Amino acid sequence: MRLSAYIGGIGILGPGFDNWPQAASVLAGRQPYQSAPTQLPSPVTLPAAERRRTGRVVKLALAIAHEAAANAEADAAHIPSVFCSSGSDGHICHEICQALALSSREVSPTRFSNSVHNVAAGYWSISTGSMAEANVLCAFDASFVAGLLDALAQTAVDQQAVLLVAYDTEYPPPLHAKRPIPDAFGVAMVLTPERGRTSLARIDLVLTDENADLIPDKGLEALRTAIPAARSLPLLRLLATGSSGYAVLDYLDVSRASVQVQPCS
Amino acid sequence: MRTMRPLLLAEFTATSCIGRGIAPTLQSLVEQRSGLTRCTFESVDLDTHIGEVPGVDSQRLPKALQIFNCRNNRLAELALQQDGFFETVQRAAARWGRRRVGVFIGTSTAGILQTELAYRARDPVSGALPASFEYGTTHNSFSVADYLRRRCGLEGPAVAVSSACASSAKVFGAARRMIEAGVIDAALVGGTDSLCLTTLYGFHSLQLSSPSPCRPFDAARDGISVGEAAAFAVLERVTENLDGDSVLLLGVGESSDAYHMSAPHPEGLGAKRAMQAALNSGSMEPGDIDYINLHGTGTPSNDRSESQAVTSLFGPTTPCSSTKGATGHTLGAAGALEAVISALAVQNGLMPGGVPSTRIDPSLMAHYIRDNRRVPLRRVLSNSFGFGGTNCSLIFGRAG
Repeated sequence: MRLSAYIGGIGILGPGFDNWPQAASVLAGRQPYQSAPTQLPSPVTLPAAERRRTGRVVKLALAIAHEAAANAEADAAHIPSVFCSSGSDGHICHEICQALALSSREVSPTRFSNSVHNVAAGYWSISTGSMAEANVLCAFDASFVAGLLDALAQTAVDQQAVLLVAYDTEYPPPLHAKRPIPDAFGVAMVLTPERGRTSLARIDLVLTDENADLIPDKGLEALRTAIPAARSLPLLRLLATGSSGYAVLDYLDVSRASVQVQPCS
Repeated sequence: MRTMRPLLLAEFTATSCIGRGIAPTLQSLVEQRSGLTRCTFESVDLDTHIGEVPGVDSQRLPKALQIFNCRNNRLAELALQQDGFFETVQRAAARWGRRRVGVFIGTSTAGILQTELAYRARDPVSGALPASFEYGTTHNSFSVADYLRRRCGLEGPAVAVSSACASSAKVFGAARRMIEAGVIDAALVGGTDSLCLTTLYGFHSLQLSSPSPCRPFDAARDGISVGEAAAFAVLERVTENLDGDSVLLLGVGESSDAYHMSAPHPEGLGAKRAMQAALNSGSMEPGDIDYINLHGTGTPSNDRSESQAVTSLFGPTTPCSSTKGATGHTLGAAGALEAVISALAVQNGLMPGGVPSTRIDPSLMAHYIRDNRRVPLRRVLSNSFGFGGTNCSLIFGRAG
């Protein structure tokens, strides 16, 4: 079964990626890829009191979501969203588990309420005033395609624009040894059922038995395999070059996602 | 959301502190029995009551899936063994094809208890976690969905929905989209959340848990009782002439509060929006709902907010109650557990009265019922709300 939509705007942050225009230039091969620690901006759209409480997951998700919405000229206060991540805030998880290992067992109430997997969706709703539905998903290393599938199904079935936000952040030691995500990476995109003024490309997704695409550039391939949200990179490369073609993305052990890309310009 | 096509809730099961499987669960509801007990879980030293499922830790997982071994997956396996539900899933896989059955499981904390225990066993010199600790197949939110898809041999799309205490209500929305889009024909949906120290101490730190068994809508209510549960259903495309007694999923409504991470909107605007969206998706009016299974956690602010939302949409006469006084708040499993309770209400013409509340808060205008009522029910609405201001309402009804 084929799922189709138009991509109306992209937001991205990650090691060596600061925004979509710069990332597109790298992914299209116009600039070399140079990995550098991910710089996360402060979420200025949140009230100061809330801003102080936000960790790296929220900073990452809000920044890419805003960039995608702006590039798509989408109304952030009304667009339904799908947030997908392979884990929640690893730093908060570490702090809580560390506190629970002590005899005092004093868990910070703020850390506890920010430990939920939907923390970024919650702050997105607070910062934009959006009361639209947000679905929040996890499929471990398959999280990007799981989110893309849900967003595409929502776009197709409910005939509405959907904001997809896929993101992962690093876990601190000692969890890092068990879940070695090296840094923060996230990509957001607005999907629309019809072609619009800002549409970059039409995508058509089918599940397949084919193997996932590898990326010839060693640095990018290392990023693709190291961070689950970066499993999106083969698709992003096609979108960056503005060429038609298809990308096979990692998904579950029993299937991958083949995404056909047809540029709009 | 536009209107949705009804889906068949073909089979379902639930395991919580009020019963392992459908028959004891229904019996507990009929007898208005609560399963809450004083907390003696693990090494927890809190003055609180919990809804603990007996026998979880003696449940074995199949040898090939030992890497998934944690309390959360043991609870999922225990629930799968009730009501012949494992065989039910096998029949769905045979009927529709393994690739045409998806897996959508809600959880808030999955197997985080495993990580809590590992942090107590860190290497004194290096600080490393024990070599035996597995993160991906126990702690990670996807672990329970992954366990179930491997256990049942399902090869369709699989995902965990993790939006706090609305997680396993929202799985119905996610599955419905995939079925309606034609990606799959059927889905294993449900939720599993198990006791852990993070939630017990976390809710305590927010002063949201009660020392007594929780009393939803009571004038003296003072917080939640944390519980654990696993509840599952097979949700299918409606294909043939249905038995009139069949239970259908008729509506799904979702919204966000845009208000606060851990407090509900004071007037329940997000909750009202979710209920309205559920009615719209099923082309229904408020008068079409015969009974509401409330989120009804038993905190002063949650119940006040929900009562306002309910009365502003339904007025003060639609009977409603919370079953969390019986089951505890099973967090990420609450949506699925209460979906099953709603299905039982429809099948059996039973509005379960809310226990153990004795004096309903006179300032709450919703029509809260304390005693069971046996009346034919055509349509039941179930509410689930969570941290982050996430809301989901489901509508179940009789096919005929």
